[in-house]
Amino acid sequence: MASRGICDQVAIVGMGCTPFREHWDKSLDDLLIDAADLACRSAGITKENLDAYWFGTSQSAASGISLATPLRLSGKPVTRVENYCATGSEALRQACYGVASGAYDSAMAIGAEKVKDSGYQGLNAFPIPNDGTNRTLTAAAMFSLILPAYAKRYAVDEEELRRVVARIAEKNHYNGARNQLAQFQREISADTICKMPPVAGGLSVFDCAGVADGAAAAIVVRAEDALRYDDTPLYIKALSLVAGDGSGLVDPDYDFTTFPECAAAATDAYSQAGITEPRFELALAEVHDCFTPSELILMEDLGFSEPGTGWSDVLSGTFDLDGDLPVNTDGGLKSFGHPVGATGLRMYYEAWIQLRDQAPERRRVDCRGRTKALIHNLGGYPGEMVSFVGIVGTELG
Amino acid sequence: MIETRGILSYGVYVPYYRLDRAAISQVMGSGGGRGWRSVASFDQDTTTMGVEAARLALATTDQVPEALWFSTVAPAYVDKTNATTIHAALRLDKAVSALDFGGAVRSAAGSLRAAISGSQRTLVVSSDLRVGFPTSVHESVGGDAAAAILTGSATDGPLLAEYLGGSSATAEFIDHWRIPGDSISRTWEDSFTEQAYGLLIEQAWEDGLADSGLAKKDVDTAVIAGLNGRAVERLGDRLGVVIADDLLDTIGNSGAAHSGLLLSHTLDGAEGGQVIALVVLADGVEVLIFRTTDALATGRPVCKVATEAGNWAEVAYSTYLVWRGLLEIEQPRRPPPGRPSAPAALRNSDWKYGFVGSRDVTTGTTHLPPTRAGIGSSAVDKMEPLPMADAEGTIATFTVDRLAYSPSPPVVFAVVDFDGGGRIPIELTDIDPTEVAVGDRVVMTFRRFHTADGIHNYFWKARPVRG
Repeated sequence: MASRGICDQVAIVGMGCTPFREHWDKSLDDLLIDAADLACRSAGITKENLDAYWFGTSQSAASGISLATPLRLSGKPVTRVENYCATGSEALRQACYGVASGAYDSAMAIGAEKVKDSGYQGLNAFPIPNDGTNRTLTAAAMFSLILPAYAKRYAVDEEELRRVVARIAEKNHYNGARNQLAQFQREISADTICKMPPVAGGLSVFDCAGVADGAAAAIVVRAEDALRYDDTPLYIKALSLVAGDGSGLVDPDYDFTTFPECAAAATDAYSQAGITEPRFELALAEVHDCFTPSELILMEDLGFSEPGTGWSDVLSGTFDLDGDLPVNTDGGLKSFGHPVGATGLRMYYEAWIQLRDQAPERRRVDCRGRTKALIHNLGGYPGEMVSFVGIVGTELG
Repeated sequence: MIETRGILSYGVYVPYYRLDRAAISQVMGSGGGRGWRSVASFDQDTTTMGVEAARLALATTDQVPEALWFSTVAPAYVDKTNATTIHAALRLDKAVSALDFGGAVRSAAGSLRAAISGSQRTLVVSSDLRVGFPTSVHESVGGDAAAAILTGSATDGPLLAEYLGGSSATAEFIDHWRIPGDSISRTWEDSFTEQAYGLLIEQAWEDGLADSGLAKKDVDTAVIAGLNGRAVERLGDRLGVVIADDLLDTIGNSGAAHSGLLLSHTLDGAEGGQVIALVVLADGVEVLIFRTTDALATGRPVCKVATEAGNWAEVAYSTYLVWRGLLEIEQPRRPPPGRPSAPAALRNSDWKYGFVGSRDVTTGTTHLPPTRAGIGSSAVDKMEPLPMADAEGTIATFTVDRLAYSPSPPVVFAVVDFDGGGRIPIELTDIDPTEVAVGDRVVMTFRRFHTADGIHNYFWKARPVRG
């Protein structure tokens, strides 16, 4: 069994990201055209000169035709991919492998979601015919199982823990308030969040990701060609994906305080990228804060905090914009919004502007010589999820 | 020689919720009355209540039914058989025929008579869910319940009560009626119907006693059931024997289930050698007379009618109206669930209806739902079926979901670890969201989750162990 990765074989040379909004006036096609155009212009390449396309959308469209038609791509290989909330990252992963394999010189990974046309709250999975015995719980409720479990395992007062995750939302809103593309550009205090009525377990709507429409895209080329497009390309250091076997929902030993799929993907990614101390080597991390407890657990599963200490690191500001390891500097899913197919690529977009010193000054991270960023997605639920971890860097080697 | 027929086992199910009849007039300004009525929860129907009663009846006997007869006047389906759902939930063999007896309250007593008169071990299940117009007598007097009686011969096993004899009287007159499709019954003036029954009851009673070779003085208790409360109350006096409690103050008149419910309640309190007469007033009169045996002392169900009737929580009248579809409330802004797939439901019938998981024989790991490949194992198809419907478990963790679609939000959901292994994240029912706690003990109960495209989605939930 091997997971060798493709470290330094492929580079991102252009990116684009639309605002994440309730885009009542834009269709999926509009969002795709906008994101693709931004990415092509960023890389200085035309859509005709790109060899292949991977289009990630969770449930807004099907097949490559749904990208080829609005972009009028003629005679191109266009593939639609889906992998729950890791869909956008999955599109990039496939595009990178396509280029690394030698099959193509260049490719676009694009992700988009049009969720606000449904008229429903939250995200709703497309119903697949089944025997009627599946859980019908919301994702919020599944993730709400984390807090009491974590409080019990690490003997943290539940009220205290409530404040910890509110603090995560406060941080992400602080960052999002400094991001013109974000859905919610407003600071919200932990106090306010704690006062909100619960909707699922102890979680309020302010503990949930914003639900938004949006699209993001990346242009990837062979690493040796990268400097022809851009002076500071982002080199792909690691791409790791783990799909869980659902054992957490069956195994009484699983205690809802960790996401084993995420920990496994992180271990694989660090190995591919040659990272041994992520907390001190990464300039920033974009992680999947679909619900506030997710980000807490991820700090530990991604190796930023020792198990049982993530909560105190959150309180001490370790992951703040000016902290030891800034996390979700663009506002995260919480504040930036979560158009499922676009989210992974949106995270890459933040790494793209932060590592290249192009982020708006009021939320620009001081990289302190660190040249790498981590991108993480998860899709599914505690006990049954897919997880993606990617690492990019501005330097070869 | 004619075999002695009778009752091999029995069980009743009374739903967890009760409506204070006084609450009706407090809200509506009229209606209601004294005492309490039982109320099926939003996730129950006559079929699911029938399953619970039948599970109880079969829990105390080794005898397996050869036939399952289900009687209700509030069927979850017509055209399609409801007894087949109960059959699946009980995991009965395919060769066990499952039939519905519907249409009239009388069918319940009739199916018991037919079963007793036959030669098979027949599980006779009756169930009813009584709905009335708000403030009506039906609403107030009605009750929801199910009863199950396993009939058979002395050669099948020890009879708890032997059938001695009975009689039947039939007449055509308008008492209670309902057009198919309506949910609420109408009645003629009860002074008329009282006299109509009065013309029949004495002869039927005489005939029943004669058929049993008994005199009136031999009867210890008579159980009288019927939708017509006035006739039941007044004509019972004419029998000249002790009349059993009608359970109207604590449960209500459970229609098709009431004869089984009252008979079970009387058996619960009876000693061996007592003669019990069941008299049912329904478009005529049915009389069935039993004598209890010494086997009754050890053959009673683990949960008696009195226990069921004493183990309850109050439901607000407004909630009751919502549950019965008499009041609509706004649903969360989430898509309602779709209909279950018929092929998928058939493929997974043991799981969906019987709550049968699988155990990986190579690792011993329990899988809920059953799967072909085991967790932590490279083996495929090394599984054995593992019935889990009777397992008890403990709540490992839980949450209250106020966003998810439910006919009665919020959804209370728990991760349940079963004694002896196995875990499932599953919905809880018959529970107050503010009272659930980690470590609580639960058992499984068969419920109706929702209805889509006219298909009821049945599956199991967990409910707290009480009493």
